[in-house]
Amino acid sequence: MGRYEFFGYRRENGRVGIRNHVIILPLDDISNAACEAVANNIKGTMAIPHPYGRLQFGEDLDLHFRTLIGTGSNPNVAACIVIGIEPGWTARVVEGIAKTGKLVEGFAIERRGDIQTIADASRRAQQFLQASSEKRRELCSIEDLFVSTKCGESDTTSGLASCPTVGNLIDKLDPLKATTCFGETSELTGAEAACAARAATPEVGERFMQVFNAYQEVIEAHKTSDLSESQPTKGNIEGGLTTIEEKAFGNLQKIGRKAKYIDVLKPAEAPAKGPGLYYMDTSSAAAECVTLQAAAGFVVHLFPTGQGNIIGNPIEPVIKLTANPRTARTMSEHIDLDVSGILRREMTLDEAGDRLIDMTLRVCNGRVTCAEALGHREFVPTKLYQSA
Amino acid sequence: MATDFIVHDKADSVGVVVVEDVQPGRDLTGWILETDETISLKALDPVPLGHKIALGDIKKGDTVMKYGYDEGRAVQDIGTGRHVHVHNLKTKRW
Repeated sequence: MGRYEFFGYRRENGRVGIRNHVIILPLDDISNAACEAVANNIKGTMAIPHPYGRLQFGEDLDLHFRTLIGTGSNPNVAACIVIGIEPGWTARVVEGIAKTGKLVEGFAIERRGDIQTIADASRRAQQFLQASSEKRRELCSIEDLFVSTKCGESDTTSGLASCPTVGNLIDKLDPLKATTCFGETSELTGAEAACAARAATPEVGERFMQVFNAYQEVIEAHKTSDLSESQPTKGNIEGGLTTIEEKAFGNLQKIGRKAKYIDVLKPAEAPAKGPGLYYMDTSSAAAECVTLQAAAGFVVHLFPTGQGNIIGNPIEPVIKLTANPRTARTMSEHIDLDVSGILRREMTLDEAGDRLIDMTLRVCNGRVTCAEALGHREFVPTKLYQSA
Repeated sequence: MATDFIVHDKADSVGVVVVEDVQPGRDLTGWILETDETISLKALDPVPLGHKIALGDIKKGDTVMKYGYDEGRAVQDIGTGRHVHVHNLKTKRW
């Protein structure tokens, strides 16, 4: 196996996953109970409960479908059961996922009730699980890999070392044709001009600025005096970050120094312009952002933290790194890679980037992340506005 | 030599303390990432790990620089070696 190769699961549509999940996906909040019952019946499957899916409309409903279809379509998912209260919207999600060619089937609860639905869905889930368990890993290259990044509970060590470590990885994997993604629209405030300048073309930079300015209007409409204690968060402030500008420049270190983003994605939109770095319009709340990136088809996530955000995702393994020596010491069960040596001048940024590449490939080969071991499965669809 | 604080850019007005338990009167060694220079500074406040320390005198109303960029405005005079945080530095946005 070469330096930049790994063993992944190649799916029917050619995309490569690093996990082989069979998921039980609710269309809506009231189908969570049935999904959890199926996952309890069939060991090795996983329910992904969430609070939405009823009476949404317009762009918010489009995003809900994009999120669910994208989640089921992610190459880390081998097969998918969808359960909804009624058959119409359930079928819409099933049809969307079926385009990947993977095993998927929908079940509706109306006119059958939970118990019959759970029995029928459990029988199918067992078949899907046993069929998927025979899928074998095969040798894959960096060109097959979709990597997302987002930082959380940042502090000044994030901007000094853990975010630049991710940036170093992106600068090394971008020429090897990896597909990568960053987001966090609100947390680029103060660094938006520097971010716009990193677009591959002026047109892409202008589209970034349109997305950025639209978000500022949301903030202006809803803020009270300012965003004190929200941006930066209480945890950020405890960690030494004072202003949103300071936080934004630390955040932007994640895209390195050379790579340029080639497109601006809507929330949960799959990249369609080939390998390269993509910017996605997302919230800066960790679980919302990673959920959107996973729904866009990214299979492994790099998460620098300062004070110690503990997030995970049900289908996309989240690798956590920190440069804060206190966090590495007091929260070691959450930290996959400690790069605090950079701050002691014991490790160069280049070495840290190589170590992160090593850890990423180990996780792609099957190493269980801290968040997976601890059962962190935060699945938080983004809601754009109130339901009807 | 042990590094007590790190500065991103030569033009920055603040550095970041990277060790625990900095107390007033302690002589600190700093490292400027951009130029790989070593500098020294005496702390005049307790400065927690990850928090900022003023590298020179900053006047009320001055722009505070970090990463070589504008990070906000000083809302009071800040002396060399003092703790720089939400009590004396504010965003220019929102």
